[in-house]
Amino acid sequence: MSDEISSRVKAFIVENFLFGDTSYELAETASLIDNDIIDSTGVLELVAFIEDDFAVTMADADIVPANLDSVERIVSFIKQKTRQSESA
Amino acid sequence: MCGFVGYFGDVAEAGRLLPTMVSAIAHRGPDGQGIHVGQGFGLGHARLSVVDLEGGHQPMSYSPADLTIAFNGEIFNYVELREQLRARGRRFRTTSDTEVILQLYDEMGEDCISELNGDFAFALWDGRRRRMILARDRMGVRPLFYTVHRGTLYFSSEVKALLQVPGLSAEIDPFALDQIFTLWSPIAPRTAFQGVFELEPASLMTVSETGRKVRSYWSLQYPDHGAAHAPVSERQAAEEVRALLTDATRIRMRADVPVGCYLSGGLDSSITSALAAGMAPQGLETFSVTFDSAEHDESAFQNEMAAALATRHHVVACRDGDIAGVFPDVIRFTERPIIRTAPAPLYKLSALVRQNGMKVVLTGEGADEVFAGYDIFKEARVRRFCARQPMSDRRPHLFRRLYPYLPGLQKQSAEYLAAFFGTQADSLDDPLFSHRPRLRSTAAAKLFFSDDLRAEITGYDAAEDLISRLPDDYSRWNPLHQAQYLESRFLLPGYILSSQGDRMAMAHGIEGRFPFLDHRLVELAATLPPGMTLKGLVEKHILREATKDLLPASIGARTKQPYRAPDSQSFTGAGDCDYVGSLMNADAIAKGGLFNPKSVLKLHDKCKRNAASGFRDNAAFVGILSTQLWLEKFAGTSVQVTRAA
Repeated sequence: MSDEISSRVKAFIVENFLFGDTSYELAETASLIDNDIIDSTGVLELVAFIEDDFAVTMADADIVPANLDSVERIVSFIKQKTRQSESA
Repeated sequence: MCGFVGYFGDVAEAGRLLPTMVSAIAHRGPDGQGIHVGQGFGLGHARLSVVDLEGGHQPMSYSPADLTIAFNGEIFNYVELREQLRARGRRFRTTSDTEVILQLYDEMGEDCISELNGDFAFALWDGRRRRMILARDRMGVRPLFYTVHRGTLYFSSEVKALLQVPGLSAEIDPFALDQIFTLWSPIAPRTAFQGVFELEPASLMTVSETGRKVRSYWSLQYPDHGAAHAPVSERQAAEEVRALLTDATRIRMRADVPVGCYLSGGLDSSITSALAAGMAPQGLETFSVTFDSAEHDESAFQNEMAAALATRHHVVACRDGDIAGVFPDVIRFTERPIIRTAPAPLYKLSALVRQNGMKVVLTGEGADEVFAGYDIFKEARVRRFCARQPMSDRRPHLFRRLYPYLPGLQKQSAEYLAAFFGTQADSLDDPLFSHRPRLRSTAAAKLFFSDDLRAEITGYDAAEDLISRLPDDYSRWNPLHQAQYLESRFLLPGYILSSQGDRMAMAHGIEGRFPFLDHRLVELAATLPPGMTLKGLVEKHILREATKDLLPASIGARTKQPYRAPDSQSFTGAGDCDYVGSLMNADAIAKGGLFNPKSVLKLHDKCKRNAASGFRDNAAFVGILSTQLWLEKFAGTSVQVTRAA
């Protein structure tokens, strides 16, 4: 499940922020901000993607770099949210 | 105000070449043309007659000293200089400022340039010493380009005249493109054209048979950080600012034609309009541009100010599709790729001035550089404030206050705000600290560079190049002064005064004048303590104090609203002109060779879905489209591929 989420997240980032530039090696732990991949409007696009594609509702407090600043963090966050909604 | 061309060296058929070069810049001077061919040099001129309508024809010679000049711009203190020269026994044939330069040069040689208060570029032939002097004003208001071809130096007010020289062709300079996609403009003397250079502001070039020498005759200086400022009270400082600004406006009202004002509705143009209105007994004409989108429109403030001054107010609306409609012409005049569409509405505005029979306008340009008005200055101060307490979750909220007009930022958490503005990552000792977030956002557009372009500029870093050009004492200045220097020395002449200023106004034969860029005022402001200009997070504090009696309270207290225009959204819907599709499809991009076709296609699709709302996507789209237009217009190769193909 992690691999599938990771693939979808990576595909979104490559398509939407790197405009298909596959020459860029997007490491799972690479910071999206420090590597100039995402800006403030990009974060909003990322949030919309997560909410729409993974049926996850994000509270304002969720929208922080600790949850969203790398593929690894995004995957972990989505899994955690999905678990929460399943157990609710 | 005008345009000029010329050469130093041997040119066959100069009598045919010079008129062709002048014709290429005829828009700068629709009131007359002239050429002067001498032995080993030639000058040509297109005249916009503003001072001494009958007697100021150019090129102008002063035969007692074998001097001939072609001059673009105005010497605003020419009246005082002429009186001084007369008092020393000199006689004048005309009442023009052009003749004042000639006679002053005859007395002082090239040092005469320090006496000139004005916006100027000129080429002066000194026949006795057989040398050509090329010079440019202190702040870089008026342009001057040059190139060397087959041993001859050619120069002109715009590059398009140089391209008339047989055998000269245009090729994009890949390093200039990298600079534009980082810093918004090339770093002078580099231009977008390979092998074509710009004389830097406040520079003087001497050309003779022994070679070329360029020297700077003035520089923007700030006191050392922490050095004691002159014990001047805020009140004294405000009085000095007011006195100099008033005088700067007074001498800029000198013309033998009516002088109008641009009125954006912001603080700066409201001040210049208010001062000018008091000096225009026949009444003042003001000119504004309005936008359909509330995000960009300032018409309520424009109308309020025009009513308060009882001006004859003229308005041109910039509607959906208008920017796209004029954008190809805009690039023909900027002569370089640009990453914002902001020049386009100003192109429409100068047309409005011309339609109303005017030739000269004052504008508020320069106040933001001189009196620390830009958001980037406040942003840098907040970033430093946050860096002092990196764990604070309160301080980053100040960024929201700086950018109320950016909805994307308003929704961000403190953690994200801190991260975007590099409050922890950026070194406080970095000479470009103030500008790093902007440089990062802009440079992200280089993602679209083609493999070939990347290979050509491998190892090159535009930001490091910029750092290498900073003066030795830069590191000793207050951080605010450092940021002001970066804006004043590079972006102001490189983009604001050229792409948005001279080029858009002169496209319709309109002369812009800038009271805030009077060097006396620039020098005074540079000596003031930083807390007088940027007081806390209130920009242009001392200027507000100096002019508070001139403006309605609602305008005097306005927070800076940056001048912006819709970017990528200008080219969708009503703005989706045929040329956009023809230049931005994969085949056309591949033909241009500078960008990655697949990536550009995805960006264009994103823009068409109106999903490109951030700065970086917009800057990339406008930058790529304008580069494609540049290739089409200047490089002589058609890159357009019709969409149906």
